[in-house]
Amino acid sequence: MSFLDSQWQGRLELLLAAGRAAGADLVEIFLERFDRLSVLAEQERVTSVNPSLGCGAGIRVFHGAADGYRDGFVSTTNLSDEGLMQALDQALGMLNLQRGISNGHSFAGLNPLSNYGSSKQNWLTQCPGVKTSADRLLEGTAKLEQHGKHLQARRGSYSRDWQEMLVAASDGTFSRDLRLHQTLGLSVLAADGEHRSSVARRFGSSDNPRDLIDWDADAAARDISASSATMLYADYIEAGSYPVVLANRFGGVIFHEACGHLLETTQVERGTTPFADKMGELIAHESVTAIDEGLSPQSFGSLAVDDEGFEPQRTTLIENGILKAFLSDRAGELRTGHARTGSGRRQGHSYAAASRMRNTFIAAGPHSPADLISSIDRGLYCKVMGGGSVGPTGQFNFSVEEGYLIENGVLGKPVKGATLIGDAETVMPRISMCGNDLDLAAGFCGSVSGSIYVTVGQPHIKVDSITVGGR
Amino acid sequence: MLNPQQLHDQLSTLAKQEGINQWDLGAASGTDLSVQVDRGEPKQLKGAQRSAVTVRAWTSDGRVGITSSTDLSIEGLAQALKGAKEASVFGDLEEPPGLSCRSLEPLIPLERPRLALKPIQNLLKTLLDAERQLLDLHPAINTVPYNGLSERNGESVYINSLGSQRHHLSSSSACYLYARAEQDGRKPRSAGAVRLAYGSEQLDVQACIKEAAELTISHLDYSAIDTGYYNCVFSPEAFLDLIGAFSNIFNARSVLDGLSLSNRDSLGSTLAVPFLNLWDDPLHKSNLGASAFDGEGTPTAPLTLIEAGNLAHFLHSEGTARQFGVAPTGHAGMGAKVSVGPDWFVVAPTPGIAAGDAQLNRHKADGVVWIDSLSALHAGVKASQGSFSLPFDGWLIKNGERISIEAATVAGDIRKVLKTILALEGEPLVTPGGMCPYVWVEGLSITGET
Repeated sequence: MSFLDSQWQGRLELLLAAGRAAGADLVEIFLERFDRLSVLAEQERVTSVNPSLGCGAGIRVFHGAADGYRDGFVSTTNLSDEGLMQALDQALGMLNLQRGISNGHSFAGLNPLSNYGSSKQNWLTQCPGVKTSADRLLEGTAKLEQHGKHLQARRGSYSRDWQEMLVAASDGTFSRDLRLHQTLGLSVLAADGEHRSSVARRFGSSDNPRDLIDWDADAAARDISASSATMLYADYIEAGSYPVVLANRFGGVIFHEACGHLLETTQVERGTTPFADKMGELIAHESVTAIDEGLSPQSFGSLAVDDEGFEPQRTTLIENGILKAFLSDRAGELRTGHARTGSGRRQGHSYAAASRMRNTFIAAGPHSPADLISSIDRGLYCKVMGGGSVGPTGQFNFSVEEGYLIENGVLGKPVKGATLIGDAETVMPRISMCGNDLDLAAGFCGSVSGSIYVTVGQPHIKVDSITVGGR
Repeated sequence: MLNPQQLHDQLSTLAKQEGINQWDLGAASGTDLSVQVDRGEPKQLKGAQRSAVTVRAWTSDGRVGITSSTDLSIEGLAQALKGAKEASVFGDLEEPPGLSCRSLEPLIPLERPRLALKPIQNLLKTLLDAERQLLDLHPAINTVPYNGLSERNGESVYINSLGSQRHHLSSSSACYLYARAEQDGRKPRSAGAVRLAYGSEQLDVQACIKEAAELTISHLDYSAIDTGYYNCVFSPEAFLDLIGAFSNIFNARSVLDGLSLSNRDSLGSTLAVPFLNLWDDPLHKSNLGASAFDGEGTPTAPLTLIEAGNLAHFLHSEGTARQFGVAPTGHAGMGAKVSVGPDWFVVAPTPGIAAGDAQLNRHKADGVVWIDSLSALHAGVKASQGSFSLPFDGWLIKNGERISIEAATVAGDIRKVLKTILALEGEPLVTPGGMCPYVWVEGLSITGET
C-alpha cells in the first residue's frame, strides 16, 4: 500500500465532500504509514531488535466561526472506507453535525497533489539494515570500553522512523511527503565506590539515510568517556543564585523551555503565555534574536511540509529583544489571527496537529565564549544540559548534566546536581551576552500533539542571574 | 472484540507454516473519548479507535525476534510473525527471554466493573459545568488552561504456544482540572486536581473542583523561601512519585544491567527506617488500572519490596527470575528485551512498630516545608546515581499556617531520604498511583528563587 495509489484521491474527496455537506467549515484528513526499527546494544551484545509497522488516520472537523472554530478529532487504525467514514461521522457528531443532512456547503475538490516525497522513494531501502545497525552500535560500545574508565554499563541505541504522510483538506490542500528520522544514542554509567556518574549523548538527523553509516563512533565515545570521568568525582553544587554561561548546542533548551513554548499560538489560545499581547514590545534583552525554522538541511526539526500541508518558513520570533511573531498552525490562525508559519505538527495520526517548534535557536552574537566566562567572578558554566519543562504559569526548569564553577573569570571544578529554575519574563531580559559559536543539537519535545523531533540551539550565552537548585 | 481462541488458532496455523514452534502474542484494542473546554466553550473533542499487536517468535536455538503492528487482521498477523522470524536471527543468545512457566496458572479473578462509554456530549456538558463552577469559586481564578474529561474502553490479550490464553477487559475515566489564578502585580499561580474512576458517571467531579480551587487559592499569597536545609513533609502523591522515579532499586532487570542502586546481594540489606513497609499491589481494589496478568501472561499479585526497612524482594520477569533462580512475579512487559516495572505501590507503617515521631503533625508544624507535588522528574532525577533536584509546589509551614512557596527546588539522595524518614503521619491515603501516608523527611536542601 502507498498513498500514491490513485484511488486515495477519490476516497478522500468523498469523505471531504460528505463532511462539508454536513455543514463542516473545514475537514482535514491526515494519513500515515510508518516503518520503524529500534536496536539496542549493551556491552558486547545486541540485546534488542524491534521492528514496528503501522498505519492510521486522523480526521479533524472545524465548525462555527462565530464560536471560535470548535473542532472534533477522531483517529483510527482502520483505513477501510467503512472505518474512515465511521471516524468522520464520529467527528461530525462531536459538533452536532450529521452526514446526510445537507447544509449546502460545497467542496470544489482537491488541488493537484503536492508530492514532496517523489525524490525520497528509496530512502527506506538506503537506510542501514539490522546487521549494519547492530555492528555500528557494537563499535560504539567497544569504543566506550576503549576510552572509558570505571564503566559499569555501556549502551548504544539506534532508532529509525520512516513515515509516509498524506494530508487532504476541504480547502483543496493535498500533500504527500516521505520522512526519515534517525537517532543514535550512547550512554555510560561509571561507578567507583560511592561515586557514580551517568552520561548520555543523543544524535539525530532527518532525511539522511547514511546518518548511522557516517557516524563518528570514536569521537562520540571519546566525548562521553571524558565527561563521565570528569563527573564521576564531581561535588554537588551549592544552591543559590548565580550568573551562568550556557554552552552552545543543547544549551538552547533554555530558550525552548523558557520562551519558545510561550510563543506557540496553542499557548495564546489557552491564555497561558504572558506574551500574548506583547507583539512589537521588548520582551528580551536587546542582545537576543531568536529564530524558529523548518528548513535547515537534515536538521532533526526540519520538514518539507508540515502536518497540515503548509510549507515551513523561517520565522523570526524575537529580533533584538522585540517580539516579532508567534508560531502558528491552522487552528492558531483561525482562533488567534496569527498567520500560519508551517508549524502544524503532530507525533502521528492519533494526535491533532498543534503549533509546535521545529529548529529553534538564539542567533549568534559578537562575543567569544571566553569573553562570556571571563566576565563572571563567581558563577556556573553549564557545559551539557539535560531535559526540562515549562508549567502553565511560564515557570520553567531544566537540569544541568555537566557543570563547572566559574571563579575569577576562569573555569573551576566540575559540579553536578544543578537545576535551573525561573520564568521567561524574568530571565529573557537577563540574557546579556551572546557568543559567536551558534550550533544546534537534536532533541525531542513532548506537548499537546505528542512527542516530536526538534532541534534546539544557541551560541554560548550569559544569563546575568538565575536560581540554581542544588545542595 | 478480541477473540483469544481465534487469535490462538490463527497464529498456531501461521507458525506451523513458518516452521516456528515457540511463539507468543500480545494484543490490545480500545476506544477513547475525551473533551477539553476553554472559558465556557468546547476546545477540542477527540475520539480514537486503537489496535496494536506484538508477536514474538523463537528460533530452534532459543533466540527471539519481535515485530509490532497496528494491523490485527490475519494478514497483519502473518506479516508480524514473518517480521518476528526475520528479527530472531539477531536475537540475544546469552540472555534470551522465554515463555513464562507461570503463563498457564489460574488467574485471581478481577471483579471490576466495565462501563459503557457515554456520548461525548455528556462528557462535554460535565466538563463545561465543572469549569464554570471552578471559575466561580474565586475571582482570581481566571482560566482553567489545562482540563480534560476522558473515557476509555479497552481490552488486552496474551496467548502463547504453550496454550496460554489471557483476556482482560477494562474501562476507565479521568478528569483533570488545572486552574490559573492571577492578582494585580503578582505572578500567576496554578494548581490542579485529578480524579479517576471506571466510568465518567462514577467520577467525583465535585471533589476534583473543590481540590483544584483550594490548592490554587492556597498558592495566591506566596513568598520566596530562604535557601537552606529544612525538614520536609511529602504528600502521598509526591512521595510515591519520588519512590517511583527510583524504582530501579527493586527492579531485577536494572540490577542485571548494572543500572540499579541495588545489586544481586542487596536482598535483606537495610534500605530504610525500620518502621517503613513498601509493597507493590497490582490487584489492590483502588488500582483502577489493575490487570490479572503481565506482558508475559504471568499472574499479578502483591509483592513485598521493603519489609521493616529491609529490601525483601525484586520485581521479576521470566528472564530475570530464571537468572535469580526464583519465580516470575508478574511485573514484565513484552519485548525482545523484556522490561520490568512496578504497578501500584503501597507505603505503610511496619506492624507493631511506632511509625516514627508520633508528635509530628503538619498542621501544627513550624519551619517545615510541605511538598505537595514534584515536577520534572524526567529531568531532575538521576535514577542510577540516586540523586534528585526537583522543582515542587508546596508551602512553608509557620506556626501551623501554610505560606505558599514562590518557586523552589528540593534536592537530595533517595538512599539518604529513606533512612532519614522521621515519621509516617496518619493513615495511608489512596492516590491514582498508589497508597501512602504523609511522609516526614529530615533536612533536605531547598533552593528558593531570589
